[in-house]
Amino acid sequence: MRSPAPPRRRRALPRRDRDQRRWRVPLPKLRWPAMQLSWPGLRAFGLLRSWVRLHLQTLVGSLGRLAAQPLASAMTMAVIGIALALPASLHLLVTNLQGLSGHWDDSIELSLYLEQGQSAARAAALAAELEAWPEVAAVQLITADDALARFREGSGLGDAVDALETNPLPHLIAVRPAAGDKDAEAVEALAVRLRGLPEADIVQADTDWMRRLFAILEIARRLATLAAVLLAVGVLVIVGNTIRLDIQNRRDEIEVTKLIGGTDGFIRRPLLYGGLWYGLGGGLVALAVVQMGLLALTGPVERLSGLYGAGMRPAGLGGAGSLALVLLGAALGWLGSWISATRHLRRIEPGI
Amino acid sequence: MIRFEQASKRYPGGRDALRDVSFRVGTGEMAFLTGHSGAGKSTLLKLISCIERPTRGQVLIGGRNTAGISRRQVPAFRRGIGMVFQDHKLLGDRTVFDNVALPLVIAGTGSRETGRRVRAALDQVGLLGKEGLPPIMLSTGEQQRVGIARAVAARPPLLIADEPTGNLDPDLSLEIMYLFARLNRVGVTVLVASHDLALLERLGYRRIALGDGRVVEDLDHAFPGAPA
Repeated sequence: MRSPAPPRRRRALPRRDRDQRRWRVPLPKLRWPAMQLSWPGLRAFGLLRSWVRLHLQTLVGSLGRLAAQPLASAMTMAVIGIALALPASLHLLVTNLQGLSGHWDDSIELSLYLEQGQSAARAAALAAELEAWPEVAAVQLITADDALARFREGSGLGDAVDALETNPLPHLIAVRPAAGDKDAEAVEALAVRLRGLPEADIVQADTDWMRRLFAILEIARRLATLAAVLLAVGVLVIVGNTIRLDIQNRRDEIEVTKLIGGTDGFIRRPLLYGGLWYGLGGGLVALAVVQMGLLALTGPVERLSGLYGAGMRPAGLGGAGSLALVLLGAALGWLGSWISATRHLRRIEPGI
Repeated sequence: MIRFEQASKRYPGGRDALRDVSFRVGTGEMAFLTGHSGAGKSTLLKLISCIERPTRGQVLIGGRNTAGISRRQVPAFRRGIGMVFQDHKLLGDRTVFDNVALPLVIAGTGSRETGRRVRAALDQVGLLGKEGLPPIMLSTGEQQRVGIARAVAARPPLLIADEPTGNLDPDLSLEIMYLFARLNRVGVTVLVASHDLALLERLGYRRIALGDGRVVEDLDHAFPGAPA
């Protein structure tokens, strides 16, 4: 048996203590002088200061913990990113299709075919009359002769056309409505008025396909919303599950912290920041996926629209959209970890 | 500081861990809690640290009835108690410094003050200079001393320990007990649960013996025969 050791140990220590102090104390002095000066010693400020410090510590600490398992973290972020990229791309698809229909704005016309046997002069007079109507933006007269000439060129049936004794084609007045494509009812009303003209034979309104397109776009938009909601729930579950595993892995630490007097909020904070990082990373991955998809599609889309003479480029998310996507990811990550942490932390009760 | 008033604890399932336990430990006092395993030592410490609540009777810590401490108030309450565990419950993925600093971080102490107090606590247990090591690099006795440093780092007025020498050989056990005695001398109330009677005999502090959930003996060497 040794005789009581503590006194001896106590005497031996101060020397080591001094050695420690010699090089350790100047460091904090160098690091925080401004803080010491700028924060008054009031209690409220002290609390705020310690609050800010705790959050900063946790912020960096949780990031460090993520970096300690780069592969697992990257995989979680990738899954979240893909889940977020899907509704984002759907949204982009709908937006672009809408933009496309906007391009057709000036190609919506009513075709007024006149009764057979009217003179070209009569048709021209009617066209001029129609142009004066307020609901008409522009008219274009294609006389029967013009139409036949075009048909001969376009169809390659020149000989057959030549064999005809009389021109079977009617005069056509293409009427562009002033309402554009925004108002299918107004276009329809104009069509009815045109049909009422005594010279009119057939009036073709292209409002049907417009309506169909809008109906399809509406369905697509709903689908995008639905997918967004479902995949947002998916992200919550992914983050929640990751955080649950994290809690399981760090059960000892959590128990000890609870025993020492750490509040649920204190224990939850790094988990919340972890979720925030996961979500933020996922949002960035989603952004990258969407941008890469756009990049891959821009060429073909331009070629296609070039064929239609439209010359449009697919619209991207833009600055605000990208920011919204990333922030949404971060918010979902935070929420998912909050739900999971609140649920699972309550169950851990420490024992001695 | 610690006051048990006919406290009983019955666990779900009908096992009576404590029956009508009454005793007091004054502020600044040091006492040992003895008894065989299963006698209720751990349950008693759990009642003190609000891990469990008494089914009957009252437990008052620092004049505060634990029955009146809500779930949300438990963490703040526990910060006033330093706890030492048999398996020391150190976090293996952190350095000794970070382990000892944990209660201070929880309390939101400033980094300079934290560093000062952690070094003071490590100095008290004689481990200054090992703060950068992970606990696994230390011997069992040193690990337990780190556990004690962590318990006292935030300077709680009360220190409780559950079989702190359970895994140590006699020499190291004695060293740990002396450490508790020294902490007691600077004003900390200390309650140590231990079944190592031979060791406690040598130390000569007050001993509260539990048997089958009851206080069977309360020996105070300083005041022999005095009622507890």
